Amino acid sequence: MSDDALKTGATAIRKGYVRPLDIKHGRVDMAHGSGGRAMAQLIEELFARYLDNEYLAQGDDGALLPAPGAGRLVMATDSHVVSPLFFPGGDIGCLSVHGTINDVAMMGATPLWLSAAFILEEGFKLADLARIVRSMAEAAKAAGVPVVTGDTKVVERGKGDGVFITTTGVGLVPPGRELSGRQARPGDAILVSGTLGDHGMAIMAERESLGFESPIVSDTAALHGLIAAMRDSGADIHVLRDPTRGGLATTLNEIAKQSGVGMMLQEKALPINPAVAAACEFLGLDPLYVANEGKLVAICAERDAGKLLAAMRAHPLGAAAAIVGRVHEDGHHFVQMTTGFGGKRIVDWLSGEQLPRIC
Amino acid sequence: MKYIDEFRDGEVASGLAAAIRREARPERRYHFMEFCGGHTHAISRYGVSDLLPDNVRMIHGPGCPVCVLPIGRVDQAIRLALEEGVLLCTYGDCLRVPASDGLSLMKAKAKGGDIRMVYSTADAVALAEKNPDKQVVFFAIGFETTTPPTAVAIKQAAALGLKNFSVLCCHVLTPSAISSILESPEVRQWGTVPLDGFVGPAHVSTIIGSRPYEFFAEEYRKPVVIAGFEPLDVMQAIRMLIRQVNEGRAEVENEFSRAVDRDGNKKAQNLVAEVFELRKHFEWRGLNVLPYSALRIRSQFAEFDAEKRFPLDYRPVPDHQACECGAILRGVKRPQDCKLFGSVCTPENPIGSCMVSSEGACAAHYTYGRYKDV
Repeated sequence: MSDDALKTGATAIRKGYVRPLDIKHGRVDMAHGSGGRAMAQLIEELFARYLDNEYLAQGDDGALLPAPGAGRLVMATDSHVVSPLFFPGGDIGCLSVHGTINDVAMMGATPLWLSAAFILEEGFKLADLARIVRSMAEAAKAAGVPVVTGDTKVVERGKGDGVFITTTGVGLVPPGRELSGRQARPGDAILVSGTLGDHGMAIMAERESLGFESPIVSDTAALHGLIAAMRDSGADIHVLRDPTRGGLATTLNEIAKQSGVGMMLQEKALPINPAVAAACEFLGLDPLYVANEGKLVAICAERDAGKLLAAMRAHPLGAAAAIVGRVHEDGHHFVQMTTGFGGKRIVDWLSGEQLPRIC
Repeated sequence: MKYIDEFRDGEVASGLAAAIRREARPERRYHFMEFCGGHTHAISRYGVSDLLPDNVRMIHGPGCPVCVLPIGRVDQAIRLALEEGVLLCTYGDCLRVPASDGLSLMKAKAKGGDIRMVYSTADAVALAEKNPDKQVVFFAIGFETTTPPTAVAIKQAAALGLKNFSVLCCHVLTPSAISSILESPEVRQWGTVPLDGFVGPAHVSTIIGSRPYEFFAEEYRKPVVIAGFEPLDVMQAIRMLIRQVNEGRAEVENEFSRAVDRDGNKKAQNLVAEVFELRKHFEWRGLNVLPYSALRIRSQFAEFDAEKRFPLDYRPVPDHQACECGAILRGVKRPQDCKLFGSVCTPENPIGSCMVSSEGACAAHYTYGRYKDV
C-alpha cells in the first residue's frame, strides 16, 4: 500500500463504510428507526440537511431556544395523515408546516418555531421522503418559521400509511391581544379569506382519480402574513380560526357554541370556486363541509368589517375575501343560512364523515 | 355551474312563490308527497317550505334507497365481509346504515372487514380484476336509477370471465312503494294523510319514463308531476299540482321534460330485464314486506349472485319499538312527532330508517329545519 493510499485510507474507509443514503432507489427500513447509525444517517443526510438551522444543528434531544420577551406563549400541535401524500398544490410536507403555523397564528400569535415528528413505514421510498422533507423545508423557510427539533420512528410494513407527520408550533402573543373562539358577540361580522373547499376537493379528486376537467388545486398556505396585514388595519378582530377538517360549517358551529351565540350566513356571499362547486354537486357534497388548508374565518366588530375586508383583499392570500354573515343572539347556538333561493336552513354540525350520495 | 345556477335563482323563486300563493285557494289545504329523497333534500337544503303558503304542506315520502334498506340486508353484507372474508364494496352512504349488534359497514370495517366505498359499479368490477385472489361482492342498492349500472357490471364481469365477482342485489322498485303508501294493511293501522298528489322522482323516470305513474293518476285519482331535483323544479311541480287539484284533474305531467319522456330509456329497461327479474317478496325498512317490489338476479347470471354463491339466509330484524318511521315514511306523522327524534335518534346515532341517510325525512328536518321547532 502506498503512502498516499495510507494517508487517504481513513477517509476512504469511512466513505465506504457509511455509504450515503441512496435517496433515488432506497427505502425506509426498520434500521432507520432503530436509534443506531442508520437513523443518525437518515437524520443527518435528510432531515438536518434540508431543515437546517442553528437550533436543529445543535443536535441535542431538544432545542435550546431564547426566552421570548413580554407576552404569552402559544403552543399548538397537529398530526397529518393525508392520503394521497402528494396532491395538486401540495403534499403532506408543506401541509404539516402550514397547518401548525396556522393553528398558532389563529391565536393571534407570531409563530416562532416548529417541531416535527415522523412515523415512517418500512418500505417507504426515500425519494418520496426526500421530496416531502424538501417541501417542508421550503414551506418553513418561506414562512420564516424553522423546524428546530424532531423525532423519527419506523413502523413495520403494513402498520402505517407511508408517512405520518406530527408538527408542534410555538408562537408568541404580545400583551393585550385577545383572540379566542369565545369572543364572538351579537352584531359581529363574519368574514372568510377566500374560496371554500379547495383543499378537500383537491384531495378527494386525486384520491379517487376523478379526473375533473378543471383540475382543483389545494389552497395549502401559511396565513400569519395575512393575519399581520389584518391586524395592521386596526380592525377590532374577536375570533380567528382556520376552517380545516369539517370546513366552514363545522368551524362556525364550534365558535357559536364556544361564544354562546347564533349566526346567520348569506349563501350568495360565500365564495366558492366554480370547479369546486361543480365537483361537490357531482358527488352530492356540500362545500361548506369540505376542508380548507389556506383559509381563515375572522369575526370582527361590525363597524370594522369594511376596513378588515379591504385589508384582507389587499393581501394575495385574501384576494377573494368576503363578508359572509353576522353573529346574533341565539340560545340554541344555531348556525343558519339564508339560501340563495330565499329560504332559510340550518348549517349543522357535520354528522360523521361527508359521504357521497347514492343517486 | 352552467345549467344548475339557473335552477336556483332566488328572484325566479320569489316570482314562482307569488304565483303559488295566488293560485292556492285560501279555503282549502293541499298535501303533496315528494316521493324521492332527492326532493326532500332539495326542499330542506334550499328552504323551499319557507316560500310556500301555510295551506300547502309537503310530506316526505319513502324514496330514499338507504332509508328503506332493511337491517337484515345490511347484516348480510356485514356477514359477507366479516365471516366470509370477501372484499365488499358499495356506495358511500350505505356505509353508515345501522345494522344489528351496534354494527354498520363502517364499524365492520374497523373490526377488520375489507369494506370499500366505490363511486360506480365500474369501480367494483375493477376491484375484482385487481384482486383476483379475493372474492369481491358489490352490495347493490337503490331504485330504478342505480339498477342499470348494476346490470352493466354483471354483464361486464361475465364478458371478462371474472370468477371472483358477485352482487348482493337489493334493488327496489318505485311504483311498489307508492302503492304501499296508498293501500297496505298499515294504512288501516296508522290511517292515512289526505294526499292530493305526488311530486314524481326525476332520476327514476329518466329510466322508466312517466308511463308507470299513469296507473296512480287514473286508479287513485292522484295527480303526479315528475320533477327535477333543483329547487325551482320542485316549486314549479308544486304549482302544477295545485293547478291540477284546482281544476279537478288527476294526470301525469312532466316538469322534467329536459330529461324525461313517457317511455323512458328503453335500452336501460331492456338491460335490466335481461339481468334481473321480480322478487315475490322483499322487506323494506319501515314499510314491511312488499310483494313484487324488488329485483333479483336471473338464473342465467347465477354465478354473479352473492345470495347463491355464499350461504346467506335472510333474517329480518325489527326496528326500535318506539320508532315512528313507518308512519313518517307514509306521511302520517312528521319527524318531530316521534318521541325518539332529536333525543335518542340523531344523525350521529340513527335508530330508525328516516334518520339514516341525509335524504331521509328525519335527517333532513334535523339537519336543516329543526330551528323551526324551538
